Amino acid sequence: MKKTKLNGNSVLLLITIILFFVMYLGGCIVYGSKGFAHMQTFLNILINNAGLICVASGMTCVMLTGGIDISVGSLVAVDCMLLAVGIEHWGMNSSVLMVLILVIGLVFGLAQGYCVAYLKIQPFIVTMAGMFFARGMTAVLCTDQVSIVSDPLFTKLSSTKISIPFGGYVNKKGIYQVPYIRASVLVALLIVVLIFLMLRYTRFGRSLYAVGGNQQSATLMGLNVKSVTMRAYVLNSFLTSIGGICYCLNTMCGTTQQAAGMEMDAISSSVIGGTLLTGGVGNVIGSLFGVLINGTISSLVKTNGKLISSWANIITALLLCFFIVLQAVFAKIKEAKKA
Amino acid sequence: MDSNIALTMRGICMTFPGVKALDNVDFTLRKGEIRALMGENGAGKSTLIKCLTGVNKFEAGEIHVDGIEGPIVNKDTMDAQNKGISTVYQEVNLCPNLSVAENLYIGREPLTKIKTVDRRKMNQMAAQLMKDLDLDIEVTQNLENYSLALQQMIAIARAVDMKSKVLILDEPTSSLDDKEVEMLFKMMRSLREQGVGIVFVTHFLEQVYEVCDGITVLRNGTLVGEYTVEELPRVKLVAAMMGKDFDDLASIKPEGSGDMADAPLEIEAKGLSHAGKIKPFNLDIHKGEVVGLTGLLGSGRSELARTIYGADRAQTGTLKVGGKEAKIKNPIDAMNLGMGLLPDDRKAEGIIGDLSVRENIILAMQAKAGIFKRIPMAKQIEIADQYIEMLSIKTATRETLIKQLSGGNQQKAILARWLATNPDFLILDEPTRGIDIGTKTEIQKLVIKLAQEGKSLIFISSEIEEMLRTCNRMAVLRDGSKVGEISAEEMSQEGVMKAIAGGGASE
Repeated sequence: MKKTKLNGNSVLLLITIILFFVMYLGGCIVYGSKGFAHMQTFLNILINNAGLICVASGMTCVMLTGGIDISVGSLVAVDCMLLAVGIEHWGMNSSVLMVLILVIGLVFGLAQGYCVAYLKIQPFIVTMAGMFFARGMTAVLCTDQVSIVSDPLFTKLSSTKISIPFGGYVNKKGIYQVPYIRASVLVALLIVVLIFLMLRYTRFGRSLYAVGGNQQSATLMGLNVKSVTMRAYVLNSFLTSIGGICYCLNTMCGTTQQAAGMEMDAISSSVIGGTLLTGGVGNVIGSLFGVLINGTISSLVKTNGKLISSWANIITALLLCFFIVLQAVFAKIKEAKKA
Repeated sequence: MDSNIALTMRGICMTFPGVKALDNVDFTLRKGEIRALMGENGAGKSTLIKCLTGVNKFEAGEIHVDGIEGPIVNKDTMDAQNKGISTVYQEVNLCPNLSVAENLYIGREPLTKIKTVDRRKMNQMAAQLMKDLDLDIEVTQNLENYSLALQQMIAIARAVDMKSKVLILDEPTSSLDDKEVEMLFKMMRSLREQGVGIVFVTHFLEQVYEVCDGITVLRNGTLVGEYTVEELPRVKLVAAMMGKDFDDLASIKPEGSGDMADAPLEIEAKGLSHAGKIKPFNLDIHKGEVVGLTGLLGSGRSELARTIYGADRAQTGTLKVGGKEAKIKNPIDAMNLGMGLLPDDRKAEGIIGDLSVRENIILAMQAKAGIFKRIPMAKQIEIADQYIEMLSIKTATRETLIKQLSGGNQQKAILARWLATNPDFLILDEPTRGIDIGTKTEIQKLVIKLAQEGKSLIFISSEIEEMLRTCNRMAVLRDGSKVGEISAEEMSQEGVMKAIAGGGASE
């Protein structure tokens, strides 16, 4: 007897995906003349948000345990600044710096995870401290804007276009434009796939859901809740560091106010993608689409040209409300069914 | 150890600060036996179970379990589980957001060669297990899609699959309906066939006689006795739990109290119910009458009262207050109809510890008036002083924080809170629990005085004597339904106990 009933959570995911396509197709129809329909527009959304996709993937893992991490934006900033200062001021090799950044991510996550899991401090407070610390360290490294120009490897990584053999178009001058993505997009998508598999097919992945579902039950069923929780934060900070590198490949500079508010983008993407703040429910594919929806919104606002960029925030806010209400409605339906 | 024995506990002692929670308690469980662990609240049932499963540390005594040499001491529930002792709680301890199969196998999933979870194999194993236990459950569905009863059975299935020799079911039936209970019993019986020893903790007497082989009774942390079901008919079980011998009970005569059937009706409840807590009931209360609700703890006494009061919203039935149909959606509605409820758990539902005695007394009045119509301070002081004096509440000043008062005085302050709203109908749920004998008598006297003033009251108490002294009439509850009434003439300790137990003494 094989029947797959859609439960409320997969419906939410479906709605997210459908919404993305509706929004995007709508954009294509309305702004088709302004070039929105070209595949490159979509690829640009991926390129611009590669870092955010990595960060949101990690955020989803943390949120699955019922936690939250608001330090990620600052961590991305410190990563960018470290790369910029390391390359331009200290003359370091970018590959060494990237490894260093990943190690910093692990240590940062370990410290935050330990406080949350073993010392039982509210994740909001712990990661808020992390947020201030990382943002502060960014300024300690350098208070000016530092552009990255002198590292050949990093510049190459940033500028290399990976061509896609279809979906091109001929521009006004009659030149065929080959659609392309950048290395950071490959990294981001690889992370999404890996995290998807991890969440679905490994003990650790399933434990994240169990911990978020009911911590006491998870303990009684013999799971090491503390260890699982801590590892979620470590994973998140690690993915954030990768995201930081991807982000830096786009901006090619370090500033103190870089990636401000990125933590909120990551959280809102996860929520729009169907992750519950209370934990236990969510999917990294949803978060990917959450990022894409956010990206599409800003892209639409930009293409319109007349609207100020704040409209993107307002639309995102409305969407968030819509999804949260939707989640609440589904939860109500579920409860009503039980009674 | 006898090869037929699954578990023995000998001379278990355990103290909480200031209280001897368990005093030299023995417990024996045979293989393939379902044994009820009975006792009133505070008798030590949970403490004994917790000592067994490693949640509490016991100070003296020995635990032996089949298949393990020497006495065992469990560090925690996991440790107990590894030794073959599993517990299924009333609150299902599974993850609602995971599939049934995952809940059965999480932490011990079958793995593939590359160490990932083999979901297909896990689902097959789970499906087989469900089939073996005769449960019609789609294992790939999320746990939350199934009823509480099925969730509980899945929890039991998990315990069974972990080769448990001793299965503890802690109040598993509290939130199940009749059909679900029957399903659970079927499963328990089939496990009994397989030689699993089951400890069944419950408040429901009928269920004990339906499914159990033996009964162990605790009272005040001591063992009353270990019996077979045949040895201990219902009335004797109730007596054993309450600690009163039959002769003792018969010798206490209730004080005369009049029949109020001629007085006008204050409350007429017809077919009120609240799903899962209280089945439809009818109850009439006359003006100036004190109606007692009796029954064992968990029989639905408080729930009945809460349903009338609207604290649990009635889902069926009608309620007339003072002859007029009333729609009570929440306690504020009830208060505006002149009702008051003194809840049984005064710490959780009654007092607000960080407010002063005056503020606690004024609270219900203020709520009734609405938050925007502040009662003038002078009036507040006047009312507070009046009740502090009337009920002789022992407090340093009227502005003392109520948490600094003794339990009895806190109770009086809450009583004052309701009296201040001048209710026509007052529900007192365990108003005398945990307070000294002198204050108890005062409160009993006050109840009678209120009735004489023409107020109607519901009085709930675990102490039958106290009920006999104060009530005009009693309603008997069992397993969440009202099963009968005892009129003034029939009221006696023996009559009440028989009514609580259900059926005759010979049963």
